[in-house]
Amino acid sequence: MELGAYSFGDTQLNPDGSLRSTAEAIKNLFDAIVLADSAGLDYFAVGEHHTLEMPASSPGSMIAAAAGATKQIRLGSGVSVISTDDPVRVFQQFATADAVSGGRVEITAGRGSSVESYPLFGYNLSDYERLFEEKLELLMRVNEQEQVTWSGTTRSPLQDLTVVPRPVDGSLPLWVGTGGSAPSSVRAGRLGLPISYGIIGGAPHRFAALSDLYRRTAEQAGHAGANIKVSVAALGLVAPTKQEALERFYPGWRNMHTQLGKLRGWPAPDDNAYLAQAHAPGAYYVGDPDDVAQRIVHLHGFMGHMRHFLQMDIGGLPQEHFLESLTLLATEVKPRVERLIRIEG
Amino acid sequence: MAELRRLELVSSTHEKQESVVQTIAVLGVGRVGSAVARTALAAGYDTRVAGSGAAEDIELLAEIVIPGARAMTATDAVSDADLVVVAVPLSKYRSVDASMLAGKTVVDAMNYWPPVDGQIADFEEDIASTSEVVSRYFSGSRVVKTLNHIGYHELEDDGAPSGTAGRRALAIASDDEAAAAAVQDVLDRFGFDTVYAGPLATGRAFEPGTAIFNGAFSQNDLLRELELNLHPTH
Repeated sequence: MELGAYSFGDTQLNPDGSLRSTAEAIKNLFDAIVLADSAGLDYFAVGEHHTLEMPASSPGSMIAAAAGATKQIRLGSGVSVISTDDPVRVFQQFATADAVSGGRVEITAGRGSSVESYPLFGYNLSDYERLFEEKLELLMRVNEQEQVTWSGTTRSPLQDLTVVPRPVDGSLPLWVGTGGSAPSSVRAGRLGLPISYGIIGGAPHRFAALSDLYRRTAEQAGHAGANIKVSVAALGLVAPTKQEALERFYPGWRNMHTQLGKLRGWPAPDDNAYLAQAHAPGAYYVGDPDDVAQRIVHLHGFMGHMRHFLQMDIGGLPQEHFLESLTLLATEVKPRVERLIRIEG
Repeated sequence: MAELRRLELVSSTHEKQESVVQTIAVLGVGRVGSAVARTALAAGYDTRVAGSGAAEDIELLAEIVIPGARAMTATDAVSDADLVVVAVPLSKYRSVDASMLAGKTVVDAMNYWPPVDGQIADFEEDIASTSEVVSRYFSGSRVVKTLNHIGYHELEDDGAPSGTAGRRALAIASDDEAAAAAVQDVLDRFGFDTVYAGPLATGRAFEPGTAIFNGAFSQNDLLRELELNLHPTH
């Protein structure tokens, strides 16, 4: 089981609650990825969001920088909002980072939870589905073929054009990221792409039916092998004790929900909901190493996922708590997870 | 001028036979549609589900995610259904064939939420509540607005037997009181109390951004919230 983290960038707060600089947030994210690599984490995914609070707008650039400064960690997007980007350009950026890293780069394409990229790049949000389906198809094609011929309705056609650089291992692992609707699982299964579930609320083991649907759809469509796999992305934070983890994660969780609530008409954050989600069988992996390891392995029993990665730095989480959590995930949670899975297996 | 009333008052004036729903068709198999269909199955209804295409497209989906539901085309699913729940993204409501729903009681569980789903011209250009716009399209149907203001997780978690203290209540709006009464009966079996808010226009009181949309209420509290929202001078 691989363990990792994902981040949209997290702008730090001044003592009066105002935002510090977004440049500092990007540098903090870079430092965090480098630390995660040296601590032994398996995976780190970036962005994309386009807000003052979450400024990791360009996952390809971030990953390219990290590729040159890390040795073993796999790097990906969480997610690339391909609907509002050019799949050829996204591929080139990630393939470039892949070459620098020696073959450690992946792409996850998805709707994402960010809607800011639509007006920013001149797309209509209500056109999301057509944009996503077409652009995913094009991304798959440039990932598989050096010479590309393609036509569609969302960009100009490609007539036998060369797309370089080519990935170190022939193609990049290309995932579909989903919030967990059944039709998305069917789509990923039919395409034979690995699937990444973003589980941000509710009891995670409910997603077991979806991962089952994904695997059986893939099987029916004739897809088998290493590409048929499942990962889980969730909120969480590891601290030396459960109480510290709950206290450290709460202010940022509250800030993020207050801010997103204003933008999207959500209700004010509910402290009881926080506590419910932060304890089994909730969706927030907030706890000490034993607690987090047990809950990851519990979910593994339902979903058989090969990777579990956490978004830790939200709402101005102090950088030192982020770095300690990454270290604990690598050095304390990972050996526990491996031991528990051996016992379970 | 107390416009709001619990619908048992209304339903008692109608032939009970007319309001008994046995078969429910759910159009849409995304998160909302799947949760509604599972809830209907758990409540003992004969439940059909349909996506946008052929039945075999969603057969495996239904078998695994909505076990017990029958996967059909939309036309077959609604043909002998007593109640139809439309749970497609609102941007696609016109992809549902209105003629096949003529004469049916149709629950509109859809929401207009531009910050998340983008703007849709039909709802930007019209100041009516979204269900009124939808009901003009489904002009031959008895449209009932409800199930839009409960989360898909909560639908399966928050239900409780009738008479449970503090049981969660859902609001209902419809221009057709008999249809509203039939839906009230279904929601009771789903595990929820109800409050009839009034005609479809009152549905604006539980659209996205309202306190009712964002919260969870018992019947008395919901009644009070609706009063505050619809009759602010009282």
